[in-house]
Amino acid sequence: MSEEIIRAEGLTKIFNKHLVAVDHVNFEVKRGEIFGFLGPNGAGKTTTINMLITILKPTEGKASVLGFDIAKQDVNVRNVIGVVPQEYTADEDLTGLENILLCADMYGIPRHVAKERAEELLKLVELTDFKDKKVQTFSGGMRRRLELACGLINRPKVLFLDEPTLGLDVQTRTATWSYIRKLKKEYGMTLFMTTHYLEEADSLCDRVAIIDHGKIIIVGPPEELKRSLGGDVITLGIKEDADVSEIIRKVEHVKDVKKEDGSYRIKAEEGEITTPLIIEALRKKGYTVTKLSLTEPTLNEVYLEYTGKSMRNAEESREAFATQRMTMRRARQ
Amino acid sequence: MSETNGNSKSKLHGLWALTNRELKKWYKAPVIFLLSIIQPILWMGLLGKAMNIGAIFTVTSFPLPQLNPQLTPQQLQQLGVYFNGLQSSIMQGAFNTTDYFSFMAVGMIAFTALFTTMFSGMSVVWDRRLGFLNKVLSTPVSRAVIIFSKVLSATLRSMFQAGIIIVIAVAFGLQFGANFTLLNILGVFGIMFLVCVGLSSIFIAITIRSTRIETPMAVVNLINLPLMFASNAFFPTKFMPDWLQTIAKFNPLTYTTDAVRQLLIFNTDWAQLVWDFTYVGIFAVIAAAIGIVLSWRFLSK
Repeated sequence: MSEEIIRAEGLTKIFNKHLVAVDHVNFEVKRGEIFGFLGPNGAGKTTTINMLITILKPTEGKASVLGFDIAKQDVNVRNVIGVVPQEYTADEDLTGLENILLCADMYGIPRHVAKERAEELLKLVELTDFKDKKVQTFSGGMRRRLELACGLINRPKVLFLDEPTLGLDVQTRTATWSYIRKLKKEYGMTLFMTTHYLEEADSLCDRVAIIDHGKIIIVGPPEELKRSLGGDVITLGIKEDADVSEIIRKVEHVKDVKKEDGSYRIKAEEGEITTPLIIEALRKKGYTVTKLSLTEPTLNEVYLEYTGKSMRNAEESREAFATQRMTMRRARQ
Repeated sequence: MSETNGNSKSKLHGLWALTNRELKKWYKAPVIFLLSIIQPILWMGLLGKAMNIGAIFTVTSFPLPQLNPQLTPQQLQQLGVYFNGLQSSIMQGAFNTTDYFSFMAVGMIAFTALFTTMFSGMSVVWDRRLGFLNKVLSTPVSRAVIIFSKVLSATLRSMFQAGIIIVIAVAFGLQFGANFTLLNILGVFGIMFLVCVGLSSIFIAITIRSTRIETPMAVVNLINLPLMFASNAFFPTKFMPDWLQTIAKFNPLTYTTDAVRQLLIFNTDWAQLVWDFTYVGIFAVIAAAIGIVLSWRFLSK
């Protein structure tokens, strides 16, 4: 089998003939990687995932999952994928275990196999002690974990996660990340996820596609994307009055130096290595460094660089988000 | 790794799981379960016992001695016998049975079918809103199975309620027809199955595109009572005006109710019974076909 688990070519979705949600996107996801779609709400992330999991038909273009065409071989696709939706879809009136077994029935998994797997998955997401409790008593984090377990019941080769930590607190979010990492590491699973949290994309994904207004702006590993901006930013100040720009400029890895308000803003590749070198060079010439800071560029700066706006600013208020989602839902009908 | 991921499973897999999910919401919630049993009792008590049409024509309801004071007690008694005979034949002529309660209690069965199946459309809307529908759509369960599970769960619920109604009606004094046997009960379940499959398919077809719970509510409120009263459930169609009779003639509830009456309380007219089953059967097949076509069309966008 090819190393490309997912491949999309010119994938497009237009709702109601005029609302372009996804606009000719091209990308591929390789075996065993965590691939993330990063973008603000309404950028087209969920629409893309819905096309890949075959619940929406593309208007144009094509995509394949594990070699199966999403439009023509949709049943084959559904058999080999797992889905963890954005919403909490578990039935509140049923217990945790009953919900997992219900998912198993959707895949036609025989009951004895399903029970075995359910126990294993409950252990994986640490819900064994709560398996016989009704889901209405579960916390947000527990529900998310239950969704994860449901999505894994058919032993999928690729798992789709739509905003896996939406609405979770920081602690629960970090815990969810560790489950996701475990899936990649222990099961060698390929994961496709969407998120609008920069930290999430940064810490989880092997490769990230930044998407805005339905278009992919750039794809690459987070580190590489950040490096493409020209490296880290070192800001330092010295005790003396002299201009030391030239001294700094000669230090290895330094790409650019600007003097601003008595301090120096230095762009450098691999800031951790370069910073000691700069201090050393200045000390040799008899200068004393009084303050110093090293900032790595975040994906927000990458986003800023390529879209001309900050992603955090692109995020609207919660109300606006909710309205937008409702509009999108209606438009989809 | 994925030995169960082959295509070996049947096209209907997941049907019982999804149906049972719906049913569990009902039988595992004691309050809802109890209410669904109490509801037909209430209706039967109100409509069946309060509207005692038969009592209107009994001798005690006529002030005979006042009408003609010269009548001797013997003559009065004879008149009483005559009137009671008249009452029986009026009731027999109008309702095909001398007991209005029996007539009406059977109408309740169709009434329950209508009310229970109406809510199958709403559960589709809820599943859509809660994201469950999308979740199921991303699994290999067939689209038709998703719809059929809704149809089946509503149907099983109605059939259960029909059983309860029969038991309660007997306790309240339902008079079985001359050639009633226990086998006829199976016939009642048969006709209930057909009409419920038809009705819930229609209600789902109406709501399949809807994202708001208000839409099916409005539809249900608009059509439930007219559909009920434009049938023979509570009153024979032959006394209705022509235009209403025409509507009643197409209303599947008319045929359902008639079939149940033929089976339970009338002297069975076999030709009529076969025609009732045929009509409701055709209705069920057409409605289910529409439901499946629409589910394919709107569930795979």
